[in-house]
Amino acid sequence: MSDPTGLIVAVAVLAAATAFGPARARSGGRLRTGGRGDASRLLPAELGAALGERATLVQFSTSRCAACPGTRRLLADVAAVTPGVRLVEIDAETRLDLVRRLDVMRTPTVFVLDRTGRVVRRASGAPARADVVAAVQLATTD
Amino acid sequence: MSDRTAGVPVRLDPRGPRFAALLTTLVLLLVLATGSGVLLACQALVFALGAVLGLRSSPYGWLFRWLVRPRLGPPRDLEDERPPRFAQAVGLGFAVIGAAGYLSGATWLGIAASAAALAAAFSNAAFGYCLGCEVYLLAIRGRARLSQG
Repeated sequence: MSDPTGLIVAVAVLAAATAFGPARARSGGRLRTGGRGDASRLLPAELGAALGERATLVQFSTSRCAACPGTRRLLADVAAVTPGVRLVEIDAETRLDLVRRLDVMRTPTVFVLDRTGRVVRRASGAPARADVVAAVQLATTD
Repeated sequence: MSDRTAGVPVRLDPRGPRFAALLTTLVLLLVLATGSGVLLACQALVFALGAVLGLRSSPYGWLFRWLVRPRLGPPRDLEDERPPRFAQAVGLGFAVIGAAGYLSGATWLGIAASAAALAAAFSNAAFGYCLGCEVYLLAIRGRARLSQG
C-alpha cells in the first residue's frame, strides 16, 4: 500500500485528540449557571426524594458511566460535611423524562439546587471538589 | 447487550482497559498505515470478545493479566466493568463497518471508521477518557425517541 491517506488521517486524529482531549477533560464538569424555563427548577415529586434543608445535589448517572462512581463519592462527601445538604442520585436510563426536560447529554451531570429546588449551577461531566463546594455556598447563601 | 451479571457487577483493575486501549490504538494505527481490512477484522473480533464475554476474557485482557499485572502493584481501587465493556461494543460497530469498507474496496469508509475508533482508543489510552461510554446516554435517548415514533 503506497496510498498515504490512511497515515495522514491517523496523524491528524492523534493531533486533534491530543489538542482537544485534555481541554475537554478540563471543561467537562465545569459548573455553569442553571438552565432557564423548564430546566430551572426541580421539585421533590420529580426527584422522588425530599430536598435538602439548605441545598440539594442531584447527580444523573448510568450503569455504563465510567466517571459516575467517583463523582458520587465526591458529592456524598460534600453532602456529609455540609449540614442541610442532601445528595439525590437519579438513574438517567429510567428517568428519560427528566433527562429530556433538563437537557442532560452526558453522565455524570450534576445539578446544585437551592432549598426551593431552583437550579443554581449545573455541570455536565465530573466536577471538581472546590467548584462543588463553591456552588453549594452560593445555593445556601442566596 | 445482555447483562448476565445483573445485580453483582464485575469489578476490574482499571489499568486493564487502559492497557487494552493502548494495544487497540497501536493496532488501529497499523490498520490506517497499511489499509489492511483483515487486521481490522481481527480487531473487530477482539472487540466482540470483550463486549460479549467481558474484558478479562478478551485477548488484551488476557495479556494484561499474564504480562502486565504481575509487574504492577495491586490496584488502588476497582471499577465497574460495564462502562468499558459497553465501549467495546461501540468499538465493535466501528471496526465492523471499517473492515467491511476496506474489504469491499470502499477504502474511504474503512479510513473514516478506523479514524473514529482510533480517536476513542487513543483518548482512553492517553487521557483515561472513555469516549464510548459517553455514547451510552445519547444512544438511550435516541432509542426512546425512535420507539415513540
